[in-house]
Amino acid sequence: MRGATRVRCAVGVLAVALAATACGGGSSGSSGGSSGGIVRASWGDPQNPLEPTDTNEVQGGKVLDMIFRGLKKYNPKTAKAENMIAQSITSTDAQNFDIKIKPGWKFSNGQPVTSDSFINAWNYGADLKNAQLNAFFFEQIDGYDKVHPDAVGATPTATKLSGLTKVSDTEFKVKLNTKFSLWPDTLGYAAFYPLPQSFFTDHSGWLKKPVGNGPYLIQQYTKGTQMSLRKWTGYKGDDAAANNGVDLRVYTDNNTAYTDLQAGNIDLVDDIPASQLKNVKSDLGSRYINEPAGIIQTISFPLYAKGWSTPQSALVRQGLSMAINRKQITQQIFQNTRTPASDWTSPVLGDAGGFKEGLCGQECDYNPTKAKQLIQQGGGLPGGKITIGYNADTGSHKEWVDATCNSINNVLGNNKACVGEPTGTFADFRNKITNKQMTNPFRSGWQMDYPLIQDFLQPQYFTNASSNDSHYNSPTFDKLVNQANAESNSSQAVSTFQDAEKQLVKDMPAIPLWYQNGSAGYSSNLTDVALNPFSVPVYNEIKVK
Amino acid sequence: MGRYVIRRLLQMIPVFIGSTFLIFFMVYALGDPVAALFGEKAPDPATAAQIRHDLYLDHSLGAQYLHYMKNIFVGDFGTAFNGEPVLTLMGDAFPITIRLTIVAIIFEIIIGILLGVITGMRRGKPVDTGVLLLTLVVISVPTFVTGYVLQYVFGVELKWTSPSVSPSAPFNELILPGLVLALVSLAYVTRLTRTSIAENTRADYVRTAVAKGLPRHRVIIRHLLRNSLIPVVTFIGTDIGALMGGAIVTERIFNIHGVGYQLYQGILRNNAPTVVGFVTILVLVFLLANLLVDLLYAVLDPRIRYA
Amino acid sequence: MPEPKEPIDPNEAIDPNQAIAPTSGFGGGMDLAATDAETLEKPPGEEQEGGPSAKPRSLWSDAWRDLRRNPIFIISALIILFLVFISIWPGTIATQDPLAANLAKAQDGPAPGHPFGFDNQGRDVYTRVVYGARASVTVGVCATAGVVILGSVLGGLAGFFGGWWDAVLSRISDVFFGIPVVLGGLVFLSVVTNSTVWPVVGFMVLLGWPQIARIARGSVITARQNDYVQAARALGAGNSRMLVRHIAPNAVAPVIVVGTIALGTYIALEATLSYLGVGLKPPTVSWGIDISDASNEIRNAPHMLLWPAGALSLTVLAFIMLGDAVRDALDPKLR
Repeated sequence: MRGATRVRCAVGVLAVALAATACGGGSSGSSGGSSGGIVRASWGDPQNPLEPTDTNEVQGGKVLDMIFRGLKKYNPKTAKAENMIAQSITSTDAQNFDIKIKPGWKFSNGQPVTSDSFINAWNYGADLKNAQLNAFFFEQIDGYDKVHPDAVGATPTATKLSGLTKVSDTEFKVKLNTKFSLWPDTLGYAAFYPLPQSFFTDHSGWLKKPVGNGPYLIQQYTKGTQMSLRKWTGYKGDDAAANNGVDLRVYTDNNTAYTDLQAGNIDLVDDIPASQLKNVKSDLGSRYINEPAGIIQTISFPLYAKGWSTPQSALVRQGLSMAINRKQITQQIFQNTRTPASDWTSPVLGDAGGFKEGLCGQECDYNPTKAKQLIQQGGGLPGGKITIGYNADTGSHKEWVDATCNSINNVLGNNKACVGEPTGTFADFRNKITNKQMTNPFRSGWQMDYPLIQDFLQPQYFTNASSNDSHYNSPTFDKLVNQANAESNSSQAVSTFQDAEKQLVKDMPAIPLWYQNGSAGYSSNLTDVALNPFSVPVYNEIKVK
Repeated sequence: MGRYVIRRLLQMIPVFIGSTFLIFFMVYALGDPVAALFGEKAPDPATAAQIRHDLYLDHSLGAQYLHYMKNIFVGDFGTAFNGEPVLTLMGDAFPITIRLTIVAIIFEIIIGILLGVITGMRRGKPVDTGVLLLTLVVISVPTFVTGYVLQYVFGVELKWTSPSVSPSAPFNELILPGLVLALVSLAYVTRLTRTSIAENTRADYVRTAVAKGLPRHRVIIRHLLRNSLIPVVTFIGTDIGALMGGAIVTERIFNIHGVGYQLYQGILRNNAPTVVGFVTILVLVFLLANLLVDLLYAVLDPRIRYA
Repeated sequence: MPEPKEPIDPNEAIDPNQAIAPTSGFGGGMDLAATDAETLEKPPGEEQEGGPSAKPRSLWSDAWRDLRRNPIFIISALIILFLVFISIWPGTIATQDPLAANLAKAQDGPAPGHPFGFDNQGRDVYTRVVYGARASVTVGVCATAGVVILGSVLGGLAGFFGGWWDAVLSRISDVFFGIPVVLGGLVFLSVVTNSTVWPVVGFMVLLGWPQIARIARGSVITARQNDYVQAARALGAGNSRMLVRHIAPNAVAPVIVVGTIALGTYIALEATLSYLGVGLKPPTVSWGIDISDASNEIRNAPHMLLWPAGALSLTVLAFIMLGDAVRDALDPKLR
């Protein structure tokens, strides 16, 4: 470090006036060696204020998962929902649930975790006045339509969900408005975290420095640059932090984070930039992780648009699916950080959870001859050519969209049959989709909220569901999903969901492309680094040498 | 002179109003920001309507603009979508970016003019050709690549600097980013200086000065350079604002949370208060820089006068 | 203005076959330059030139006479003609399809029939460099031409007349300066569905002119003070005559310098716009798009960047040389 400082000053001679003042002291900034058992990790700036019911993206979710624990927690290895604060969640009819919570849990400011902590938090999240982005997670709870009427401009007639009833400080009852046997398994999601009294009494103070009941507490938070989390010694759970804390540093570009990892300035990068995938193994060796995550990429079709609404067009969609050489693209473009998809879920669900390799059958296998034949049989591409829409501002989609189009073009023997169609911003892209202005296929992706097959199917393909971007409408599919939700036996439920999924093969409202992996790299200071099924590092298990 | 300056400062008022409206209108034209807040999920209409109401987005363009301007006069520049007041964002971002710009401008002035004088005095010589080739590299290779390569070489291989800049961004950490930021402008400054020098070496007053037997460096600095600097100064003047607002790539490479980054985020998320706030300040910077340049004209060439 | 007779007209002297052969681009130019220099030694040709015209020779026609003899001018003109040629008929020197992709060969190095290797989609880099010339040269040249014309006219007028003109034009340019490229691109270009290069060119002119205007204004303000301009004014020369004959030739140098460099940056800016999703779209091929794609692969496939960036360098070099030659020709002090 000393040498570096000296050279920095030498370089500074070029700008003597500037450097003169700055080179006096020792090392600058906090980028010294890792010491005191603190993990220095990369982070992205959260998009929204850090409220559990207002955070719907990974970066904010990452912090919430460190400072909060909910009724359930998803096992970082198996993705199974396991009781955390919940003592038990029982139901006899898949509609009325009785939740008992373990006594003795506290928030890090000393306030106790009681059934009120949950009821108040959920009421807050559902209340239309608070305009929380995750409000719809409470829509299955009875009384949601009163607290959060659906129509634009309607005013709520209640502020509390009538389906939530407090029994005692350690027990409350939930009534759903429809049968949903797997509902308890959704309760590990951040939207369902409890909130301390201080959240309601001093809201702006809480937002500056959120307080939770998890293994870490926030020591210092400078918005836009850094958050210092420290191990909370009063933590009650059995998954206490194995390190002394985590310093999250905001990077605006994951490439810089990666370079900083190579230079030894940080310890953990949880998103390896695409441009480094080819050399990451030679750079990091065994300190590179590439594990399946609950993310699937698809191409959706505007089933409302001319050319895609006829029954025959399903053949074209199946043909297009068979024209995509998934294996080659995942190898050459993604360096095997994606796995070719053969169903509409994710391997992280496991066989018991509903993942079924090959469910899609030959419709998702690369077969140039059959593909061309099916497309012709279905009347050819609408208008003779298609575009694949994507947004250019996030996620570097251009490369794989171009490769997918090239694959289709090679099958059809026409180099202009398919081209990528970028839209400048994600906002514009989403507006076009929401307002049903798409006329051509477009990229879509789904990151699971909770590890259930229901979460992969219902929000995306159920009639009028919140993320049904294709506007797919199949009575058969809907009926099977309803039936599966009402099933009290979970393995029976899963197999009924799979029956519904088979309907997607026939109609092909969206082409499954590949399952996305989470990737991360870490320094030799760390051991026991792993990613959970949400592609987030399991921070509390990381050990610092 | 004094009256000229006052007149120029008064001209800021219409420019301020014009540019705020133009930018406000452009962000409005980008479209509705609310849908993107919901990520890949379709917004539920009631929540979206509530958010629009809270952000005053459910009014007409004119009403939104007036509302925004009214708030500005009481010192409220609005908030970004992550809940941060725009004023705080500006307070964090501008000092860093101003430091970065100062470093870049110093590079332009020192290296650019030096190389320009050398190549202008030695036209056609190897040093001239060498600088020309460097110029071509700087223009054809994207900043992203030159920046990344320099960062990798100095930060990872040689370990002379840290690859990224710490949140406080002191001057000494901004030397490499400043150089990267200045590269393309350096090409302009060098060639502008070179051309001016080449033109003026044969001017009568330079010949006179040489004939008088003045020392060489004195001729170059006092006579040759002074009269060659007007185009260079003009360029640097226009460059100040461009460097401040356009450092997006450089800021990304070195993880600097400056104006370019905030502006880019604001634009991508269609957040009018962020974008209008930052751009307005940038326009004022342009105005002041150009005023300064115009005043410098009179210093560099005494024949130019302002009424 | 009567065109003086030419011993050798560089435009006609180019043998297309010679220009096409990849190796003769530079060499051919050198040969021509040598021939040209020889012919110049014949004094009669030169003396006849002034003859037919009774008017004194203007700075502009002097400049043109000088240019024709300048080897730098001839070399640069040859390179530019070559670029124009491959922009119009890329198929003559590249026989493959620039869109044909074989992903199995992604990022592979040179192979027989593929001298420059493959890009990350497995397309032939050589073919794409040749085909990319059309869009890139068009964008570079047209955007620069538009920016230089609009900028120098507006800036020149502002500098020449001063006062009100200056105030209004300069303040408008200040507002335009403030528009971030990203915002302008997203607003103006995302509404355009036309997939030609013209919206991109128009956008660059719209945002690019203030810079040239500032430079031109500054130069005109300086040139306006010169003794000969004051003398011309005293002799009663009209405004337009003064601007065209006396001020413009003396103020044009910085505009040329900035313009020629800007040409390169516009070609690169096109890549930025494509990266933002609002620039040229596939199936259009351009150096900018390929440079932008290659930037991410710099560690693993530097050849992807080398060739399109090299082509861009060559183009910029040609125009910088051309600009230098024109500037030298216009400078009476160098004569």
